[in-house]
Amino acid sequence: MTKTHVKMKVNGAEVEGLVEPRTLLVHFIRETLQLTGTHIGCETTHCGACTVDLDGASVKSCTVFAVQANGADITTIEGMANPDGTLSALQEGFRMMHGLQCGYCTPGMIVRAHRLLQENPNPDEEEIRFGISGNLCRCTGYQNIVRAIQYAAAKINGAQFKEAAE
Amino acid sequence: MIPGPFDYHRPLSVAEAARLLLTLGNEARPLAGGHSLIPMMKLRLATPEHLVDLQGIESLRGIRRENSRIVVGAMTTQHDLLASNEIATSLPILHETALLIADPQVRYKGTIGGNVANGDPGNDMPALMMTLGATYRLEGAADAREVPAAEFYQGAYFTALEPGEILTSVSIPVPLAGHGYAYEKLKRKVGDYATAAAAVILTMAGGKVASCAIGLTNLSEKPLLATEAAQAVIGTSLDEATLKKAAAAAQAKMSPAADARGPVEYRKHVGGVMVMRALQRAAGRAA
Repeated sequence: MTKTHVKMKVNGAEVEGLVEPRTLLVHFIRETLQLTGTHIGCETTHCGACTVDLDGASVKSCTVFAVQANGADITTIEGMANPDGTLSALQEGFRMMHGLQCGYCTPGMIVRAHRLLQENPNPDEEEIRFGISGNLCRCTGYQNIVRAIQYAAAKINGAQFKEAAE
Repeated sequence: MIPGPFDYHRPLSVAEAARLLLTLGNEARPLAGGHSLIPMMKLRLATPEHLVDLQGIESLRGIRRENSRIVVGAMTTQHDLLASNEIATSLPILHETALLIADPQVRYKGTIGGNVANGDPGNDMPALMMTLGATYRLEGAADAREVPAAEFYQGAYFTALEPGEILTSVSIPVPLAGHGYAYEKLKRKVGDYATAAAAVILTMAGGKVASCAIGLTNLSEKPLLATEAAQAVIGTSLDEATLKKAAAAAQAKMSPAADARGPVEYRKHVGGVMVMRALQRAAGRAA
C-alpha cells in the first residue's frame, strides 16, 4: 500500500512524515516522533492511557489513524507544561495531591483533564468523575486524581483549594 | 493490534465520496468517527482495502432546524449533540441518550451517522430514531432518497444502504411541547453497550397517556419498536398493572442473544424493567 505524507502540528511544532495509512496515531507519536509520554494501555479504546488533544478534543490515539490527523493540531503530555518549563496547574495538582501511584495512566489523565477544564473551568466532583470516565486507573481508586483536578481548577481560577469535608 | 493494509481517501464532497465507494466496490468502507470500524479492523474482523474518510466533507456537519424538524448532519459527533442548545431544548431525549454512549473521548469522535448507519444492534441511536419517527437521507453519486428509521434496519449490520450510498443526515420531527421522555439504559460499566435499554416518548392529557412510542436497544438483532406495549399504555394513568402489561408486551418482541451481558431470560427481564422505568420517568416529565 502506498505511503501517505502527513503533516501536523504537535505541541506547537510542525512535524511531518511518511506513514502507511494503517499506522495508528499513537504509533506515529511514539515511534516516528519519539514522544513516548503518550502510553499504550489496552489498545482497545477503553483505558484512555493514549489520550491526546486533537483540534480541541480529547481522543484515544490508539483508535485514530495518523492519516486522519493530517493537518491537525495535537497536544500530548509533552506539551502540557507551562511555556517556561515549570509544571502546569494540573501537573502540580497531580504532584501535590498524589494523583498517581504507578503513573501509567497519568499522561492520559492529565491531557483529558486539561480539555475538561477548558470546557468547564469549575467542575464539581461528579462532573470531574464523569469527565474522566474514559480513563482507567488501577492504582488510586480515582480519589486523588479527582483531588488533583480540583486543585488545578482552584489554582486556574485563582482560588484556594479547599478539600471537601469528609 | 495493527489493522490490515488499506488505501486512504479523503474526498471533499458527498458526490465524490459516493463515486469512490461505488467504483471501489465491496472492499471500500466509509469512515466516520471510526470508533466502531477501527477496533474491528484492529481485530482483523474487518479488512477493508479502502477507507473513504468523510471528515473533509463540510456539508455533513451541523445541526439545523427546518420548520418542525431538526436535521443533523451525519458527521455531527455525539459531543456536538451534547454541546447543542437546540438539541437540549427541542430534543432532550437525544441529549440524554448521547450522554449514555461510550465515554467522553469516544463521544468526541463518534458520529450520529456512524451510530445509526452501522447497523450494530448495540448502538443506542437506532432505537431512539425509530421512537422519534426519524428519517435518514441516503445519497448516492446520482440520486438521493429518504428512508424512515423504522424501515432501515434489516438485521445485525444489515441495513437498507445500497452499494455506493452514504447516510448523509438524520431528520427528526420535534416532539410536541410538553412531551415526556426517557432513555433508560442498563449497562455494566461506563462505555459498555446496553444489557437492555428502552426509549420512551409520550404525551399526557388529564393525567392519562395520550400518545406513546417505545423503542428497544440491544434486545434483538435489530432495534425494535414496542408498538403493542405503547398501545397498552394509551388512555391509562400508568398504574402498576398497566406498567406490567406494557413490559410483558415489550418482552414478547425481545429476542436478545445470550452473551457476557447475561442469559436470554435475564436480558428480557431487565428489558421489561427498562420499559417500566422509562415510562414512569417520561410520564413524570410530561406537562
